[in-house]
Amino acid sequence: MATTVHEPPKLERRPATSGSNGGFRDMLPAGGLPRTAQQYAPPPASTGIWVVLAAIGMSFAALTSALVVRKGGSTDWRHFTLPSVLYFNTLLLIASSVTLEISRKRVAAFMGVGRVGEKPLRWLYLTLALGLAFVAGQYIAWRQLNAQGLYLATNPASSFFYVFTAAHALHLIGGLGGLLRVIMKLNNSSLRKTTMDATSRYWHFMDVLWVYLLLLLWMKL
Amino acid sequence: MHDTAHAAHQAPTSFIRKHVFSLDHKVIGKQYYGLALAAVLIGMFLSWLMRIHLGWTNFAIPGLHLLSANGAPGDVMTPEYYLQLMTMHGTIMVFFVLTTAPFAAFGNYFLPIQVGAEDMPFPRFNMMSFWVTLTAFIVLLASFFVSDGPTLGGWTQYAPLSAVGAVAGPGEGTGVVLWAASIGIFCIGQLLGSLNFITTTLDMRTKGMSLWRLPMTTWAWFITSVMGLTAFAVLMPACILLILDHVAGTSFFVASNTVINDQLQPHAGGSTLLWQHLFWFFGHPEVYIAIVPGMGIVSHVLITNMRRPMLSHRTLVYSFGALAVLSYMVYGHHMFVSGMNPVSSLVFSFPTLIITIPSTIVVLIWLGSLYGSKLRINTASLFSLGFISMFIAGGVSGFFLAQPSLDIMLHATYFVVGHFHMVMGVAAMFGIFAGTYFWFPKMYGRMMNETLGKIHFWITFVGTYCIFMPFHYLGLAGNIRRYQAFVVDYMQPLIPVHRFITIAALTTGAAQLIFIFNLFYSRFKGEVAPANPWEATSLEWSTPSSPPPFDNFGGKLPVVYHDPYQYGIDGSTGDYVMQDSPEQIKTVRDEA
Repeated sequence: MATTVHEPPKLERRPATSGSNGGFRDMLPAGGLPRTAQQYAPPPASTGIWVVLAAIGMSFAALTSALVVRKGGSTDWRHFTLPSVLYFNTLLLIASSVTLEISRKRVAAFMGVGRVGEKPLRWLYLTLALGLAFVAGQYIAWRQLNAQGLYLATNPASSFFYVFTAAHALHLIGGLGGLLRVIMKLNNSSLRKTTMDATSRYWHFMDVLWVYLLLLLWMKL
Repeated sequence: MHDTAHAAHQAPTSFIRKHVFSLDHKVIGKQYYGLALAAVLIGMFLSWLMRIHLGWTNFAIPGLHLLSANGAPGDVMTPEYYLQLMTMHGTIMVFFVLTTAPFAAFGNYFLPIQVGAEDMPFPRFNMMSFWVTLTAFIVLLASFFVSDGPTLGGWTQYAPLSAVGAVAGPGEGTGVVLWAASIGIFCIGQLLGSLNFITTTLDMRTKGMSLWRLPMTTWAWFITSVMGLTAFAVLMPACILLILDHVAGTSFFVASNTVINDQLQPHAGGSTLLWQHLFWFFGHPEVYIAIVPGMGIVSHVLITNMRRPMLSHRTLVYSFGALAVLSYMVYGHHMFVSGMNPVSSLVFSFPTLIITIPSTIVVLIWLGSLYGSKLRINTASLFSLGFISMFIAGGVSGFFLAQPSLDIMLHATYFVVGHFHMVMGVAAMFGIFAGTYFWFPKMYGRMMNETLGKIHFWITFVGTYCIFMPFHYLGLAGNIRRYQAFVVDYMQPLIPVHRFITIAALTTGAAQLIFIFNLFYSRFKGEVAPANPWEATSLEWSTPSSPPPFDNFGGKLPVVYHDPYQYGIDGSTGDYVMQDSPEQIKTVRDEA
């Protein structure tokens, strides 16, 4: 019987992982300097605001599914027409997002270059005013529904209308508080870019959330 | 390099700022621990009252009328009062003990230290989270003192009984509103806490601390906080809708033509099942929120005492992550007999069986790593072994409950009660005990008494088996849960079992006094602890003092050079190398 003696297979010593320092994940990377998470990580305010928005998103998702289930299983759903002031309010809110973006760029220019002539505050106040006008407009919408005899407990459609709009308005008022804080900090020159960015991200989310809610309410209610 | 916006709050000087309204994550962690301790004593006391009544239904418990004149005339509790006690027991234990102690208490204290940070990035939100949680606790306890007492609907508060108001029984009016308000407030506290945990883990790690160099406990807290963020954000609107059904006359959860106590309810068109969907979408991740930090603590403690890492660090972390993701897909297994479409039961049963896979992987890694190790036996490692025992014993009954065909017989029996008490209640408690005995030297600079600790462990371990194993037998024999007395003929022979359980419960409860004594005695008179009594490697053991200074590291943040569990190596200090030690070593094993 012929046997062939084979060489044992050559095993390459490869590092178990593809670390940047050839597999010695222990110790220091190839450049010799331990990296700081803080050099590569976004500022905490930025991560933090995404966390907050995720939670708020989940809450409204829960309410959405409650609406879908409640509508699907009921015999007492009464459709009603959304008050038309809501569409005007939507335009106000979208405008406020635009003014906020303008003010963000103005603030960046102001803080970066230090030119005294620029007035980023004007645009911030405008955003604040538009936000307040939106809340006032929502209140008008509620009064209009009241005039039609539609209150919180009148029928399930109206219940959800009030719950959704009130929840959104409360979060928006929180956003107004954030804007006020930004204005105050800008006034005593202690505004950080991260604060401005986080606040505007929150505000834009409220805007997008409102557009989603309007579509949802228009389709379902 | 951007301006690191990490917590740069100054060291406090006044008593109020140091110990009451503190921004320091360590003080906040201890405050949470104190809250959990108070809650567990109250919850345990309520369980004693329940157990005495179950064993001896007409027994007059001396003084009970002082707690409730309506609920216990002549010191004998009414059936409704039993349910009220049961509801408060469950609510207090699940929310204010199991979610608070392993996650909020230990996590707040040790997460920033283990990642090498000075504090959390949002210390004022952190402080707020504790005071909000305490407010929730006070609101909940207040329901004991309203006219007809706390709600009796169980910690699950199923509609329609929870939504129709006082007509449904004592405590179903104001009691439910207080319950829902308390839980809604609790959700806010947890969301603030999760915000801090997530941002700390992602953005505040010190030099060299990559994600894979984080210890198991940090991974566990991070994964738990992501679950908490999404789960509590769903419970809060559910509680708000429940409150509206009570105070505003809406009908989210009450169907038409509901007759309760011979009275036709005015609500119409609501969905009782909707409450269950919303609640359990939160409720199932909640039980993993209760257990995953304990799994992290147990892994951490065992590795330190085995003097070698687990078989695979990454697999453990991935399994925790898999548990978190799958936990959202299984919630319907609490609703198999609720009347929902049976096809939905199949859809939920399948992931429920799948979720046993990561749980089993975790247990097998623990057991496989323990095999052949020379585990150092101390109270912390004993409680860790006890955790594994409880998790397995309680977990296997889950396989049965996961199948709708079997659940039809077992749902709402003591089988379920035995399952969740062992796998979640006792196991998480053991995790809390393990963490306490392990980290006490770091928190207070003193060791807890080992002899007392071991006595505490053995009585508790044997005692909890004596209490909860018979529950499975009772359930199989048909013993329905949430009944205050067993007058039906087929349940009569089970009463001696209940009496045995009651005696075991009272004995085990009394043994916890040993722990309480040990805790407070050691705080002041315990043997002074060395800097690193367990010869552990993670960053909390490299703080300059025990307890750590205000900014954790005395002004000089550590630099991390090593993976978290370099044991079994010839280091300059022994058979281990600390994470921030600049020694060059050959790693124990390359991470696979």
